[in-house]
Amino acid sequence: MKSSVATWMHKRPKLRLAALLAAPTLWLVVAYLGALGALLVTAFFTIDSFTGNVVAKFNLGNFHDMLTDPAYRNVVLRTLGIAISVTIICAVFAIPMAFFMAKIANPRSQRILVALVLTPLWASYLVKIYAWRTMLEPNTGVVDWILGPIGIHSPGFGGPAIIIGLSYLWLPYMILPIYAGLERLPNSLLDASGDLGARNFYTFRRVILPLIFPSLVAGSMFTFSLTLGDYITAQIIGGKLQMLGNVVYQNFSINLPFAATIATIPVAIMAIYLWLVRRTGALASL
Amino acid sequence: MTISNRAKYALMSLMGVGLAFIYVPLSVVVINSFNSSRTFSWPPTSFTTEWWSKAISNTGVRKALSWSLAAGFSATLIALLLGTSLAFAVSRYNFFGKEIVSLLVVLPISLPGVVTGIALSNAFSQEIGLSTGLLTIVIGHATFCIVVVYNNALARLRRMGTSLQEASMDLGANGITTFRLITLPNLASALFAGGLLAFGLSFDEIVVTTFTAGPGIQTLPIWIYNNLFRPNQAPIVNVVAATLVVVSIIPIYLSQRLSQDSTSGGRF
Repeated sequence: MKSSVATWMHKRPKLRLAALLAAPTLWLVVAYLGALGALLVTAFFTIDSFTGNVVAKFNLGNFHDMLTDPAYRNVVLRTLGIAISVTIICAVFAIPMAFFMAKIANPRSQRILVALVLTPLWASYLVKIYAWRTMLEPNTGVVDWILGPIGIHSPGFGGPAIIIGLSYLWLPYMILPIYAGLERLPNSLLDASGDLGARNFYTFRRVILPLIFPSLVAGSMFTFSLTLGDYITAQIIGGKLQMLGNVVYQNFSINLPFAATIATIPVAIMAIYLWLVRRTGALASL
Repeated sequence: MTISNRAKYALMSLMGVGLAFIYVPLSVVVINSFNSSRTFSWPPTSFTTEWWSKAISNTGVRKALSWSLAAGFSATLIALLLGTSLAFAVSRYNFFGKEIVSLLVVLPISLPGVVTGIALSNAFSQEIGLSTGLLTIVIGHATFCIVVVYNNALARLRRMGTSLQEASMDLGANGITTFRLITLPNLASALFAGGLLAFGLSFDEIVVTTFTAGPGIQTLPIWIYNNLFRPNQAPIVNVVAATLVVVSIIPIYLSQRLSQDSTSGGRF
């Protein structure tokens, strides 16, 4: 009986494919795309100012408010600025670290270093931001204690703290793709460049950097997308500073359609970013 | 390229600085859980284990932990089933819309969590009238966990190829026997790594959970968040945080031993 079912299925590859695809696509399309679609539609609705209920009447009022109010423009620009700074800081840290791991460390220490870089990915997100609260606490924090004697003081809670915290959180996401890219890069290319007379830095600029560019882009997708939606870091170490995520979060309970409207900004930025990334060919190397 | 010793030492010290940047804050959390000062001013004045014993008997923490475990296991189970069958479909068949399906599965972790969170919350409350609870948390978590199982399973299936399965069928085994005796054992460690990663993602998730949990349920991250700014809970928050730092070594150790497909456990 069992074997006859198996034979019957074996002769019908289309049926097998349908059986494999049905549940996952149904889940992703209904639970996820459906919800995203509904959210997008809600962005065009308004709320009744007396009852606070969502009124399903199509209008562009929310988008008009969002685009004309300079406060929102500032939040968008600030969030983009933070995302760009975080991406650059992560890249500056990640490239030498990944290069050391991939090309200089011996195989044994290579494994250990990869584990050391990966471990914080498993440590809780909240714990890491909480750790930076203890680090950056003005006067009684660890930063002031270690660096105070040489004249460096904690920036306190605000924009710089957000940039430090987010760079800390996303650093492994940048190191790992670059490390993978460098591992794939044959040593012979570096030898050839050296034999042809190039100095270390010239080889880095003209040979290594162009070849690991897709990995860099792949890493930046994480640093960018994760920064655009973050609101918890800003709440814990950002002082009074607001990011896009905070505006969405605050409007969620008072004006859902407007929160949905704001939420289209990070989605639109990521869509443009993904489209640009596609043209560099970095998606294929993910 | 022969790298000069000077460049080597420079890179090595940059590696050291990077690792210090990663590990100093985490060590501070662990050390602070033994700090006897209630305000946790640095440096610690004296050593105590009082907070640890208080945290272990704290009912709020225990309850939050059990909610987190329940959500994590359920979401992982769903992700394993859906992610694996999707990986089979994509690796073994050609079909219309394959590109779109592989894009769709990555979407939940590519878009900001706050977007996924309000989209799901809006759908649950406005569209289908589902009240928030463990079920809505699990639906949210499973949605972004599918991709990690999928990535791990897909990498392994591609590396395995089909020759072993064909050999098994040539020798007279039917599809079910082949799956049970050949495919599944070869896939098992990749599924374990993917499941581990899915559980880790779910266990740590706070953004989507904030929007899908409702007022009745606190997962561990939500418990930490709600107690972060309460001065009298700070010592217990420290202990929970320190525990989470130490516990994070276990999955790294396991996935390093098990997954040869990628060092990152398929997150990329």
